[in-house]
Amino acid sequence: MSIITRQIQIMGQYYLLMYRTFSRPESWKMFRQLFFREVENIGIGSLGIVTIISVFMGAVVTIQTAANIDSPLIPSYSVGYASRQTVILEFAPTILALIFAGKIGSNIASELGTMRISEQIDALEIMGINSAQFLILPKICAAVFINPFLVIISMFQGLFGGWLFGSLSGVVIPSQFIYGIQYGFRPFDVTYALIKTLVFAFLITSISAFHGYYVRGGALEIGKASTRAVVSSSIFILLFNYIITQLLLI
Amino acid sequence: MIEVKNISKAFGEKQVLTDISALFEQGKTNLIIGQSGCGKSVLLKCIVGLEEVDEGQVMFDGRNFSAMSFNERKSVRKEIGMLFQGNALFDSMTVEENVKFPLDVYTQMSEEEKLERVNFCLKRVNLVNVNNRYPAEISGGMKKRVGLARAIALNPRYLFVDEPNSGLDPQTAIVIDALIKEITQEYNMTTVVVTHDMNSVMEIGENILFLFQGKAWWKGNKNEIVYTDNKELNDFIFASNFMRRYKESFSK
Repeated sequence: MSIITRQIQIMGQYYLLMYRTFSRPESWKMFRQLFFREVENIGIGSLGIVTIISVFMGAVVTIQTAANIDSPLIPSYSVGYASRQTVILEFAPTILALIFAGKIGSNIASELGTMRISEQIDALEIMGINSAQFLILPKICAAVFINPFLVIISMFQGLFGGWLFGSLSGVVIPSQFIYGIQYGFRPFDVTYALIKTLVFAFLITSISAFHGYYVRGGALEIGKASTRAVVSSSIFILLFNYIITQLLLI
Repeated sequence: MIEVKNISKAFGEKQVLTDISALFEQGKTNLIIGQSGCGKSVLLKCIVGLEEVDEGQVMFDGRNFSAMSFNERKSVRKEIGMLFQGNALFDSMTVEENVKFPLDVYTQMSEEEKLERVNFCLKRVNLVNVNNRYPAEISGGMKKRVGLARAIALNPRYLFVDEPNSGLDPQTAIVIDALIKEITQEYNMTTVVVTHDMNSVMEIGENILFLFQGKAWWKGNKNEIVYTDNKELNDFIFASNFMRRYKESFSK
């Protein structure tokens, strides 16, 4: 089988899985329970790493911007302006999505892979339950629901990190930095970031679930599926980042 | 009663099942036996619909299961209980939640009624005071019993059991076998057990199908199997010294 045929087959399998996933839940009560459990896993469970990464990345972006602007013709508030644009447009939605692809994506793939190998998915099917809908839909809905909140939190934390560490290291004047992050603010930039976040959340959860759901073999294959989930999700995040940027910003 | 008619199944080039027909009777423990790799588990998966058959039909009390769509099969699946080789208990749920799961999905019972049913099923498989434990915290034999309790939670008409004794010590294996037989008779279920454990065959083999190289090679019961002159079946059953001595004691 050629590589192209194989890729078409994989795409077909993915679409069929999504077709099965987006169907009416057997029990709304159970769906609600699973949805909130996933919101807790994905949202609350990721808050720590989001905070650490956002604060330090914001700090680094600010210090690097300040270090590279040494012209007296460029106003000092431009450090805050550039940091804001970097954090809102690219860092918070995209870099965080890549981090989530590693954290949430590998978790979803290994969880579903283990369930497949230990016959738990078969047990659901035997009971007449649409296992794809039961296991995957709450994860997708939870990620699409909670990730925008995480990204907004990350935006604030990134700018706070930039302000804090920039001020402490003396590379920016706090009042100028604050003026810079307010200067020429376009609300559409946040909308654009949130649109990207929704798409990335869907890509991470659905692609990772796909790799985990169809695992065959043993523990080794779960590890491989987990790696494939992270790699595929990351590639599609970067691809869709380009497509969305081209569509919305140009 | 479950009837399989001329079932064939292949994975790519490899033919796994060839033209298998058999009748699994109600109120009896029906065994599918054979060497590893002969297609026992594939046949079981074809019967319950986890694998689609290439040819042939699976009839559940006259209903053509293999011709049904996913949604049409739901009505039959509600009548099916299955105990998996690896138990397939949900790791993230307690014992109680595992047994309650089918009730949550398919019944409108109140929480009290569900709990009552869960406790009844657990008691039926001789398990008490394990409701709040997780599968990882109980022994292999207990897991089998929890799996069995979950399988009978909805009062099924059909019970499928895949290698019930794998990984169990002989004493626990006997207990599980006895439970399967008792529950089958008590609820008048059609039970299909896949095994290669000769103790199980001799204990609960009321109706036995021997598979060899993906074909239905021999049919009978536990009394007939000892005296069979079928070479392949003889080679399979009397592979161990213990079983050879067992046969000799019968011959005397």
